[in-house]
Amino acid sequence: MKKGPTAFNIASVSLGLAFLYLPIAALVLYSFNASRLVTVWGGFSTRWYAALFANEALMGAAWVTLRVGLISATVATALGTLAAVALVRGGRFGGRTLFSGLVYAPMVMPEVILGLSLLLLFVALRIDRGFWTVVIAHSTCTLAYVAVVVHARLVTFDRSLEEAAQDLGCPPIRTFLTVTLPNIAPAVVAGWMLAFTLSLDDLVVASFASGPGATTLPMRIYSQVRLGVSPEINAACTLLIAAVATGVLVYALVGKWRTLRELRSEAGATGPAAA
Amino acid sequence: MKRKNGERLAAIAPYLWLGLFFAFPFVLVLRLSLSDQALAMPPYAPRIDWSAGLAGIKAFVAALDLETYARLTSDDLYLVAYLSSLRFAAIGTILCLLVGYPIALGMARCAPQTRKILLMAVILPFWTSFLIRVYAWIAILKPEGLLNMALEAVGLPGLDLLNTQAAVYIGLVYCYLPFMVLPIYAVLEKQDHSLLEAAADLGSPPWKTFWQVTLPLSFGGVVAGALLCFIPMVGEFVVPDLLGGAQTLMIGKTIWIEFFSNRDWPSASAVAVALLLTLVVPIVLYQRQQAKALEAGQ
Repeated sequence: MKKGPTAFNIASVSLGLAFLYLPIAALVLYSFNASRLVTVWGGFSTRWYAALFANEALMGAAWVTLRVGLISATVATALGTLAAVALVRGGRFGGRTLFSGLVYAPMVMPEVILGLSLLLLFVALRIDRGFWTVVIAHSTCTLAYVAVVVHARLVTFDRSLEEAAQDLGCPPIRTFLTVTLPNIAPAVVAGWMLAFTLSLDDLVVASFASGPGATTLPMRIYSQVRLGVSPEINAACTLLIAAVATGVLVYALVGKWRTLRELRSEAGATGPAAA
Repeated sequence: MKRKNGERLAAIAPYLWLGLFFAFPFVLVLRLSLSDQALAMPPYAPRIDWSAGLAGIKAFVAALDLETYARLTSDDLYLVAYLSSLRFAAIGTILCLLVGYPIALGMARCAPQTRKILLMAVILPFWTSFLIRVYAWIAILKPEGLLNMALEAVGLPGLDLLNTQAAVYIGLVYCYLPFMVLPIYAVLEKQDHSLLEAAADLGSPPWKTFWQVTLPLSFGGVVAGALLCFIPMVGEFVVPDLLGGAQTLMIGKTIWIEFFSNRDWPSASAVAVALLLTLVVPIVLYQRQQAKALEAGQ
């Protein structure tokens, strides 16, 4: 019995990856095209990047998107982590089923419905739509993703460490901050990043929740795309892709470095005994 | 014991937040969907007369009606959009499964070190913008786009795919593929290899082993992937709007148009409620599946 991948396996994975990456590659390539037409290669040029940076509407939208992402990811991470702690460690408290339903439901809810219901809320409460309403909307939508990621980490985390701290007289909040939180930190960071990228990406919910003066980059891109493909948008998209890829790469490298360090310190501590 | 109480207190902030910004808005949607149809901005009749106390609330409830829903069922447009959403989502999910399963299987058969890299490679596009990925397909599918350039280069006739249903399916599969691959891969990766060896030793050909051992054992992943694709596809807005052209009607787009173009908020709410009711079953199924997976993980 052959254990390795068969020719079929290799072909399906390669084709799958090609399918996933070719459109993105084409987009990046054509952002450097001197010609305005997608089909004509007019030579390498960065003119669309220059045009992009000179486009105040797009740059303004990018700035709004960045700020919304930073704030909403932070709020979602705080609330999502609390929710995960309550769900994993709170035992069977009253309303737990309802609570877990509330936490995870936004993840599977169609965006159109989320956007619509939030818009109705803001209108009912007479809150003027703008920057902060988008922040609220994004925090609500992304909270669930943080909760899932942190939940997974908390479940596998050895509880006796916390109990030891408590037995030694550490108050609960301090135990959480000094023992639990550092241990779940990688998951919290991952959750934050997930929430941040989801917020950068969101078009539908933001369109419902935002008002005049708070146009996000996806909203701006969407309205321009409807008017026709513009090479400036290719440049903007390429920069977004580069930003995300760099973020993920840095995160992966930091993760790798951490595991290496942990392995090394473990090997140092238990090495002789293990040998 | 004291500690558990402390951790229960952690639920308060997210509870309040979700109650105010998630649960309560649904009550508003429901209420608006039962209100009188109006082509303008709120307030919509009926309104609650809080000064009259309980009687005011009773009068409010009595004034609610199903007028908007009656209109939904009488107007073909909604029904067509609704059914075509379900069809797009169902076929899109099946296509995702057909494309995604071989990828997941291939990944699971690789060496552990390669697997990690492939996993990263599948997740990475998910981190880049959904809108951008759909947008990239416009440049490929349009008549003078990259696909036709490639077809022309090898001497094949061109295709006019942009603004067709085929384009919507391509877009759906492209955007939701990771959601199908990852759960299936997660199950396949854990599968016990000795079962395959046993089947082979007993003389089962590879395709039969796949059909009788691998596939049934990965059923949990397939269900999770299918639900993860189907649920958001039903309400999908960006893909049909950018790739499907004017004729492609889907329910997400209908809600958007009712809201932003027609400004008919009660109708939009009613469509949203109808969409949500359709999705209750798959959403509950998905949550059950997740709960089971979490318990198995514990």
